[in-house]
Amino acid sequence: MATLNILVAVCVAYVVLLFSVAFAADRAARRGRGAWLRSPLVYTLSLSIYCTAWTFYGAVGFAARSGMEYVTIYLGPTLVMIGWWWTLRKMVRVGRSQRITSIADMISSRYGKSNLLAVCVTILAVIGTTPYIALQLQSVTLSFAAFSPAAGAGRSVQSIAIYVALGLTLFTILFGTRNLDANERHHGVVIAIALEAVVKLLALLAVGIFVVWGLEGGLGATLARIDASPIAAFEVSGSRWTALTLLSAAAFLCLPRMFQVMVVENEDESHLRTAAWAFPLYLMLISLFVVPIAAVGLDLMPEGSNPDLYVLNLPLLAGQDGLAILSFLGGFSSATSMVIVAAIALSTMVSNHIVMPIWLRATGGAAMMSGDVRHVALLARRLSIGAVVFLGYLYFRMSGGGTALAAIGLIAFAGLAQLLPALMGGLVWRGATRTGALAGLGVGFALWLYCLLLPSFGPGVIVPQSVMDHGLFGLSWLRPQAMFWTGGMDPLVHAVMWSVGLNTAAFCTVSMLSFPRPVERLQGAQFVNVFEHSQRPGSWTGGLGQSEDLLIMSQRIMGAAEAQEMFARAARRQGLSGYLPEPSPEFLEFLERRLSGSVGAATAHAMVSQIVGRATVSVEDLLAVADETAQIMEYSSQLEAKSAEQARTARQLREVNEKLTQLSVQKDGFLSQVSHELRTPMTSIRAFSEILLGGGLNAQELRKYATIIHAESLRLTRLLDDLLDLSVLESGQVVLNVQTATLDEVLDRAIAGAIGAAPGGLEIRRDPGFEAMMLRTDIDRLAQVFINLIANVRKYCDAGAPVLDIHAEPDGTRLIIDFVDNGTGIPIEDEALIFEKFSRLGDARAPGAGLGLAICREIMHRLGGAITYVPGQGGAAFRVTVPQMPG
Amino acid sequence: MTSQVLLIEDEPNIIEAISFILSRDGWQVRSHSGGQDAMDVVRARKPDLIILDVMLPGRSGFDLLADIRADPQIAATPVLMLTARGQRKDREMAERAGASLFMTKPFSNAEMLEAVRSLAPRT
Repeated sequence: MATLNILVAVCVAYVVLLFSVAFAADRAARRGRGAWLRSPLVYTLSLSIYCTAWTFYGAVGFAARSGMEYVTIYLGPTLVMIGWWWTLRKMVRVGRSQRITSIADMISSRYGKSNLLAVCVTILAVIGTTPYIALQLQSVTLSFAAFSPAAGAGRSVQSIAIYVALGLTLFTILFGTRNLDANERHHGVVIAIALEAVVKLLALLAVGIFVVWGLEGGLGATLARIDASPIAAFEVSGSRWTALTLLSAAAFLCLPRMFQVMVVENEDESHLRTAAWAFPLYLMLISLFVVPIAAVGLDLMPEGSNPDLYVLNLPLLAGQDGLAILSFLGGFSSATSMVIVAAIALSTMVSNHIVMPIWLRATGGAAMMSGDVRHVALLARRLSIGAVVFLGYLYFRMSGGGTALAAIGLIAFAGLAQLLPALMGGLVWRGATRTGALAGLGVGFALWLYCLLLPSFGPGVIVPQSVMDHGLFGLSWLRPQAMFWTGGMDPLVHAVMWSVGLNTAAFCTVSMLSFPRPVERLQGAQFVNVFEHSQRPGSWTGGLGQSEDLLIMSQRIMGAAEAQEMFARAARRQGLSGYLPEPSPEFLEFLERRLSGSVGAATAHAMVSQIVGRATVSVEDLLAVADETAQIMEYSSQLEAKSAEQARTARQLREVNEKLTQLSVQKDGFLSQVSHELRTPMTSIRAFSEILLGGGLNAQELRKYATIIHAESLRLTRLLDDLLDLSVLESGQVVLNVQTATLDEVLDRAIAGAIGAAPGGLEIRRDPGFEAMMLRTDIDRLAQVFINLIANVRKYCDAGAPVLDIHAEPDGTRLIIDFVDNGTGIPIEDEALIFEKFSRLGDARAPGAGLGLAICREIMHRLGGAITYVPGQGGAAFRVTVPQMPG
Repeated sequence: MTSQVLLIEDEPNIIEAISFILSRDGWQVRSHSGGQDAMDVVRARKPDLIILDVMLPGRSGFDLLADIRADPQIAATPVLMLTARGQRKDREMAERAGASLFMTKPFSNAEMLEAVRSLAPRT
């Protein structure tokens, strides 16, 4: 028989191996090597911390005591892995996008970063996990005792528990608190756990194979033995089966250590895909030989021996010391890995949600500027690890390591299952509120305590026998194991049914009755719709924060170099140099999330808000909430938009139609005018040419009529010229010939063109002041405008002695030239008409088709200037504005 | 007594041409160029035939025609309308307003004579 000393030596050797593996993995990861550390296989193996010493040893005991019921413990996780893969993926995605550090952080984050909720979850987790840690310590002690029955009850074995506890604390602190950022992967820990997963699987398989083929001599014999054993005869209660499957499924999702390896330590979302089939396979392998070992154990082991230790005792009984040691190592592995991860998970929760907030509040905002937050947070986490493991040890010592512990596994499961409604509800239901989560947790927790945990210490220990028999305050419907008169049930099923049932009911009812705060709404949308948007909308009003203070704070949490690098990168992204980015909402958002990886979302939020000032909810947040609400109304608004669009299109069509009609009317009017202007001279020409053809005219008449024909032909030609000119100008096809000339040159040309040699009594007064000014424009066209204006004076000025005043004045780079005559001018009602086509005023006996001013207007428009009529100048007054044109 | 034709038209050369043609044929031609005071002239002269241009300065020929047809003293006077626009719309408007005949410019001298002869009884 292997002595205790050899066992201790093996243990120490194994622990050294674990330390070195963890150390090597950490080093490899830090140097950027070791891609295999991030393989989906390692992830799957790390999930096997689900199989603790309780499952390693206890499954066989479970089978020996209650038959196939042990399968439920593996069935739950398998169903979750396969059936709820989508939910798991959502959880992992949320965890990664929100930099979730623990299950308490997850729930608190979902419900508006409520620290109260985080504290509740943390307390529940500590209460639920401590007995479990005690259970691990107990299993290690028991397995030591199995090797050395003499020392079993002695002090040396008891002291083994404390050595194990110390060793585990040391390991966890060493490899679990290397980095403050809980979101960074603990490669050393994970790889050690993966190794332990392999060891425990191999150990159980080896024992199983030895039992089946070594002790029994084959599969057939084993099956016969199973048939003969009481295991085959056990009745499986349907309700208990369902309750246990549900419990183990819930525990798989809610256990802090499971959450740690599944979500927090998750390297890559796609690893879940592998784990979905590999982990159930692992569970199947590890449970493969449970029944044979139990059946053979029941048969071979002496009456009254602990079936929990068959795995260890059967090899010992057969004298297979090596196998026994392997089996012992398997159990040891299961126990240690569970304690390590549970300690990491719980310490993160305790330090982030209890110690840090208290410390922050106690020291005020000043501490995080002057004190070393990083140091405090790490210290808090290390102390928490010690405290958690010590608490487990204490519980183990207090309970005396009795068999009462064995039942505690399921009780712990039931306690942590209380987190399920809030966790799952928060992932799928936008309407879930913080108040609802608190109510559900409170109800579930209370019922669990009252119906399951407290009575588990035995009647009369905490819950008096009278309460057990007659209910609290003598109220029979408050009997711990027969709530609401539902007596006669299995206590576990009873407690699970009422606690989880009323928990869910309270959660739903209160959620529906309460109104979520804006932050909750935001977070709710982020969680529920995590696949649509993994970005959180900003929750900071930027501009108030002091970048420098933020940097100082971040340095204390993340370490100087890393914080500076992060700030510099953020500044670069904003297009700034140096280390201080603008405290934009995006940056604060990013910073908060980064810090939440170190100290948890609620604390990070509190820290940033202390520096930035009023934190909480910005207008953008409210808009984002409104956006979310708007999505609900999207359908109706789309319909509205469509009908509005149709109305708009209809209006546009109507407008276009009106315009076309108007254009058509204008075109008709224009054609009719052109027709009139062409037909009028044609009438004279035709009439007189027929008169001439008729003959019998004297020479004077001949001459007179020929002159009329000639004049009318000229009029016709002029009209056609004008029409052509106007159409070219209006179509914009005119090519401008930009030249330079002085104003007096242009005026000279225009006067010569309009009056020719015979002034015809028109006196033109000019103002030489600015006539030397250089003009850069189309000189020919400008002269054409001037000619028109001067000719109009000749045609229309009704003064006895017509006088035309031309004076020029510069206006910036432009030149303003006024043409004012001394006639009666244009009646005010006609002023608007004179620039229209064919708008000859009065009895237009003068030649011209009434296109002159219309052409002038078009020309000035093309030259970039203008021609306007200026009323009240004593006569007709036209103002021509000429800009200098670019070359 | 020769029949009197009143020509209401604003183009001097057209007045000249029509006057020449009709005078040579033995009509007594009076002309008037404004639209505003044309009715007074019509009432004063009581012509046997009115030749009326549609586009007159100051007043449309259609309005004048309506006034003529509304005045019982002169309502029976035949009216020959002239237009330079020559659109179907104008012809319809002229007929509705009660024009006896409608001619589009330019016209041949023979057409003009024929129209005048058909409308006014020669005395």
